[in-house]
Amino acid sequence: MRELIPYLINGVSVGGQYALIAIGYTLVYGILRLINFAHGDVFMVAGLVMVYATASMPIYLAIPLALIATVILGFTIERVAYKPLRTAPRMSLMISAIGVSYLIQNLAFYLTGGVPQPVNNPIPWISDTVAIFGASTKRVTIITPFLTIALVIVLVYLINHTKIGMAMRAAAKDFETAQLMGIKINSVISMTFVIGSFLAAVGSMLYFTNYPSVAITSGGMPGLKAFVAAVFGGIGSIPGAVVGAFIIGLCEEIIKGLGYTTFSDAFTFALLIVILCVKPTGLFGEKVTDKV
Amino acid sequence: MTLKKKQTIFTAAVLLVLLLASMALDATLPSYHIAITCVKKATVYALVAVSMNLLNGFTGLFSLGQAGFMLLGAYAYGVLCIPVAKRAGVYQYFDGGLIQFSLPEIFAGFLGDTIGSTVGMLVALAIGGLLAAAMAYLIALPVLRLKSDYLAIATLGFAEILKAFFQWNALGPITNGSNLLKSYPSFEKGTSYILLAGAMIAIIVLLINSTYGRAFKAIRDDEVAAEAMGINLSKHKRLAFVISSFFAGVGGGMLAMYNGTIAAAPFKSALTYEILLIVVIGGIGSITGSVLASFLYIFSSEWLLRGLDSGTFLGINAPGIFKNGFRMAVFSVIIMIIVLFFRKGIMGDRELPDLLVRRNKKSRKEAAGK
Repeated sequence: MRELIPYLINGVSVGGQYALIAIGYTLVYGILRLINFAHGDVFMVAGLVMVYATASMPIYLAIPLALIATVILGFTIERVAYKPLRTAPRMSLMISAIGVSYLIQNLAFYLTGGVPQPVNNPIPWISDTVAIFGASTKRVTIITPFLTIALVIVLVYLINHTKIGMAMRAAAKDFETAQLMGIKINSVISMTFVIGSFLAAVGSMLYFTNYPSVAITSGGMPGLKAFVAAVFGGIGSIPGAVVGAFIIGLCEEIIKGLGYTTFSDAFTFALLIVILCVKPTGLFGEKVTDKV
Repeated sequence: MTLKKKQTIFTAAVLLVLLLASMALDATLPSYHIAITCVKKATVYALVAVSMNLLNGFTGLFSLGQAGFMLLGAYAYGVLCIPVAKRAGVYQYFDGGLIQFSLPEIFAGFLGDTIGSTVGMLVALAIGGLLAAAMAYLIALPVLRLKSDYLAIATLGFAEILKAFFQWNALGPITNGSNLLKSYPSFEKGTSYILLAGAMIAIIVLLINSTYGRAFKAIRDDEVAAEAMGINLSKHKRLAFVISSFFAGVGGGMLAMYNGTIAAAPFKSALTYEILLIVVIGGIGSITGSVLASFLYIFSSEWLLRGLDSGTFLGINAPGIFKNGFRMAVFSVIIMIIVLFFRKGIMGDRELPDLLVRRNKKSRKEAAGK
């Protein structure tokens, strides 16, 4: 049990980072019914921007810059790649998302020269080493779950108590009726992308602090896992995504702790398939019935 | 001459010309020439793209598991074909591995060297396909109950699980763990790739034009209506899934043959995405489109646009812009333009014989105009 403690602490932290990404998936899926395959790459770009920005300017400028750049990227992707396909079949939308993911990776490859960009202690304070329960870890590991929960509380408040939040809920419930009720659907959708990208950027900063470098493919796996977390929790539900992400983060690290590192990724997907077959709507999802 | 007859002759003529062209390439160029490697790779991709199109374009099942089935086919081919003498070297960390025979050598024993080893390689490819099909049969039951994007993500996840298993050290005596499989025989001529993949694609075309194919299309167009017309949904979906996986498995074996080495790592979701994009460029629901797009994609990315990476393209010399990675960046922009503005792809849902029909209509209109 004692050897497992560092893995458990790590698991909670990784879970928090997945949760921040998973919210982006779940919000977008709730409204557009689209698996935003490009979200993982937005996450990766946020990491790259952070690496470049912290290397060339003071930290109080670099962090806002990374956040804003990511938000702009998310917004642009929606406007350019998804908005023209509003009336197209869902398959086209998904293919467009895959295309965007491909494009971002290739552009990042071109701009970075294909070399993984080393992460050199970008945000000094959070990468200090601290001791907890007899295990030494970076401070970021401890901050992550608290920051995640704080952000989620703010987000839930935003969705339940503000006008734009109400519009988002309405659009998620019924896209067309919401439009008829005078909700500007395009700005609502843009807003979900802005929120999703912002949280992904925060997650990215926390995530890559623990890694030696940001490669162009670094976004793929965390992206997919966060998506699995969103499905696990019941897609469209924010608390669901957060709970799902923590569970997946913990399971993954426990598996690593038991010595089956090869299967830590596979486990996540096995869990996904089981969940989809047994309870397709996830832990907190609403039941949908098919209409002919 | 009826239109149908004309179409048959037209199709046959086009295919014959292509075959002759590939034979001419083989005869005049050395086998390591870039044109031949491109032909080989493009044929393999064409086969896999067509198999994906059978599922995504003709049956309407959005599956992203292609890379997993290709992985199975590739490993089956490698494991069964490495010569016995070389196994100790390949499986150096696993005492020469568990399997101590090689299909091409067994068949060479009683059919002669050339024919025997060819037959052995073909059998190994077929076994790879059958393994992939069997795996598809097993996972079809739970997975095919899912709808569109859930199906996509579940099949994608399944491919990742498979990849993890093949990298697992405990299976090392068979799969060589995370080490490479190599030294297995492969076809040298581009024409043999074309003939093999062509035969496979022909089978798929025949299937699509049969009653089964019509049932698949009915399911794609409207599941509820198809069921009402008496089509057994789960049976037909499963059939399409299994058949598509079989050909993906064979395609995986051929990809292994082309690459010369096998590792689990390259069979990741990016490979599936690449093939999906080829299918989209060619036109979802067009076999001709998938084949054409594979050749365009491979030839331009591997050969014709090489200059974009190395400094000089079309006589423009700009090493500052045309550096490593620019080719793929340009390429993905083109793909996005196709996805957003030419959603039907190159061929839409038309096939090779249909090209004749349109031209006929046009000429008839012109004649009427006069």
